[in-house]
Amino acid sequence: MLAAMSATLGPVEQAYLLEARQMQALSFAVHIPLVCFGIAFPAMVLRAEWLWMRTGDELYRVLAMRWTKVMVALFACGVVTGTILSFELGLLWPNFMGTFGAVFGLGFALEGFSFFIEAIFIGIYVYGWDRLSPRAHFACGIPIVVAGMTGSLFVLAVNSWMNDPGGFTMRDGVVTDIDPIEALFGNGHLAYELVHMYLAGFIVAGFLVAAAYAVGRLRGRWGRYERIALTIPLTVAALAAPAQLLVGDWAAREVAKTQPTKLAALEGVGHTERGAALHLGGWFEDGEVKGGIPIPKGLSLLAFHDPNAEVQGLDAVPEADRPPVNVVRISFQLMVSIGTFLAALSAWYLFTRVRRRRMPTSRWFYRLLVLAGPASVVALISGWVTTEVGRQPWVVYEVMRTTEAVTAAEGIPLGYATLATFYACLIVAIAWILRRLARAPLQAGAEPEPEHNAAAH
Amino acid sequence: MLGIDLYELPLFFALQGVALYAILAGADFGAGIWQLLSGRGERAKRIREHAHHSMAPVWEANHVWLIFVLVVVWTGYPIAFASMASTLAVALTAAGLGIILRGVAYALRSGSEGAREVRAVDTLTAVGSVLAPFALAACAGAIASQRVPVGNATGDLYSSWLNPTSLMAGVLALLSSAYLAAVYLAADARRAGDAEMTEAFRKRALLTGSLAGVAAVAGAIVVRSDARWIFDRLIDTPAVYSVGLSLLAGAATLLLVARRRLDAARVSSAIAVAAVVGGWALAQNPVLLPNLTVREAAAPDNVMLLLVISILAGGLILFPSLALLFRLVLRGSFSAETVVKRELPRGSSSTFDHDAKVAGPEGGLPRAVTSTRLAAACFAVGGAFLVIGDSAWPHAIGVALLAAFMFLGLSALATFDEDPGEDARE
Repeated sequence: MLAAMSATLGPVEQAYLLEARQMQALSFAVHIPLVCFGIAFPAMVLRAEWLWMRTGDELYRVLAMRWTKVMVALFACGVVTGTILSFELGLLWPNFMGTFGAVFGLGFALEGFSFFIEAIFIGIYVYGWDRLSPRAHFACGIPIVVAGMTGSLFVLAVNSWMNDPGGFTMRDGVVTDIDPIEALFGNGHLAYELVHMYLAGFIVAGFLVAAAYAVGRLRGRWGRYERIALTIPLTVAALAAPAQLLVGDWAAREVAKTQPTKLAALEGVGHTERGAALHLGGWFEDGEVKGGIPIPKGLSLLAFHDPNAEVQGLDAVPEADRPPVNVVRISFQLMVSIGTFLAALSAWYLFTRVRRRRMPTSRWFYRLLVLAGPASVVALISGWVTTEVGRQPWVVYEVMRTTEAVTAAEGIPLGYATLATFYACLIVAIAWILRRLARAPLQAGAEPEPEHNAAAH
Repeated sequence: MLGIDLYELPLFFALQGVALYAILAGADFGAGIWQLLSGRGERAKRIREHAHHSMAPVWEANHVWLIFVLVVVWTGYPIAFASMASTLAVALTAAGLGIILRGVAYALRSGSEGAREVRAVDTLTAVGSVLAPFALAACAGAIASQRVPVGNATGDLYSSWLNPTSLMAGVLALLSSAYLAAVYLAADARRAGDAEMTEAFRKRALLTGSLAGVAAVAGAIVVRSDARWIFDRLIDTPAVYSVGLSLLAGAATLLLVARRRLDAARVSSAIAVAAVVGGWALAQNPVLLPNLTVREAAAPDNVMLLLVISILAGGLILFPSLALLFRLVLRGSFSAETVVKRELPRGSSSTFDHDAKVAGPEGGLPRAVTSTRLAAACFAVGGAFLVIGDSAWPHAIGVALLAAFMFLGLSALATFDEDPGEDARE
């Protein structure tokens, strides 16, 4: 049975482990921003459609229809990049899948159904414009939003299990006593990972869409359409960004509790100490942070709410069990600083809206907003680097090493290069299509069907 | 249930997924192949348009069947999945690249303008539509011809799927995809009242159907010499019934297409493809991979039970949704002719005034002020629960309050319709 797998697959020699990891990371880096649009964009499109239904104002309908085209193009790219990810789990990490597939696989099976529902209703929603009654059409959009949420839940259940593996027993390298429910939904990381990622979806999609209209405003395109098209995503992102700071704090404290080595890498704590300082910036070398700004006792206070709490250092585990500190730490600091910047920008926006009852008028606000779009993607990727590289050298925390999970097959560099080429083209293609869709004349947004633009020419 | 044990039930479902993928995604890939073979000129353009429009609403849903198969196999039969994925890495990479091309082409088409761009995008679709089914069928050939041993990439990375049986399977998959697509596109064209396209695809169906029949016979000869084990089992009971059913259904489809009974042909062509999958499964049973039976590969019973429950529960949501999608598509609700400018009950104008000072939705200022105050309160209290709380319950309350903050904030702020005069101050 499962013994056969562990016995047959055993440890492998793979000269290109790093390339395999990079290939996986590249695939995630391309897929995850698209996931953000899968999570958050349908809600924004529905918001616009809802406003149309409530006010009868044609502007909202045009907005919703134009966004639908963007949504479906990005969803198509998300479908294929997600398919690649599921292939790669087997292509690159067969021992991981073979050993633990029965433990966490159910999460993906459930996610598969979410994905199905999303794909079906996106099809109906896109082609149902002007063909279904407004009410029925709006209703067909709701399952897309719900499936986006359940999809994240099930995928993150698997990821949180990798960080906090439970629901099975390991006896002599053999997995027994499998309890998939306990494994997927009984671990302490799922709740914060889900909330953190779900908010990230709204932040990334919101700031990216808002950034596009901010560019337009800086170039003088600022009609009623543009104002509303900017306000919806910006409001969503501006509400999510401050909330994300609080959720991030919660996440860090959970990591402190259950993954002390990861926390030590995040903060560059070389030696176990009481009243550990928090360092801003700097570089980790010889067991300490050099060149950073220290905040005495800051780390103990933040992570454990006690200025004299003991923080476990990297020296608590053998060198072979430590993640690459600087990669993790710099990613973490990047995520936190961008997150703080986004929250500050959001506060500016919310304050102006609530107290002054207007949009910010400073050009600097819009310049920063343009920056916020790509910056939010950087924060997103850094966040995933933090948690994934921070878990290294384990693929399943303290159970299976990444070196034990990898494929024995040759040719990883070739596969990596091919995929990188394809993904470079994919990114260019996405940029091209988004520019194209943005360039289409406004009132033509009322045209019945995306493809008919093409057919008409 | 048909004498199926719990340990083989997920595989039974996965095989249905394989059959549905072969039929539905097969028809989608086949449409791509017809775009590739459309030639040039006005008629070619119409063929490409018809092939695209017919598949566009359903292609995403059709492709999810592949994901379904993968997740069921890796959860239920992890050893087998790991062995297959690692040995067949090259073929699966090729299939993955084909799938990327298909998806990207779909995304690009909505913004393409002019004949040249559309044609370029259709070529992408077509290349993907040849690569993906060929590579995936070659993988099936590799498994059927017992070339995927148990272990981490222990089989040959190339000869496992570049061998007579796999190549035969690949060619047959391309032909059957083209055949399926031609039947479906002919039926769709007739429903839309397009006589020219109906005839064009009817002829293509007759041609590829005959070719697929010839290829099946040739394939049998190839498999007999290359993979005697599976051949002998395919012509033995019970697999031979399924193989026979496939041949019958394939021939019946040709007859139905010839007699212009296109909707019946849709069904019989699907049966022909599904029966091939069924025959393969019956022939291999109970051997999943060399020296690995289905029972040996299966995850423990409690996992299988949960998996089966999940699949059945998922199916309860999935099938009504799929039925809705296909009913709309097959009824022709999504064709270009059915566009009606739907009016809201209260009526709306067909254009909007770009500079109008229209009020946002009713509700007005006082309500917005209350919501923002309430939102701020939710944020403060929720934040306190989240930051100070140290267990599940305070955190849950904190998250709920943050959700309320976002919801209230959104309803108060996202409908703001600014006075255009505001900008004059700048």
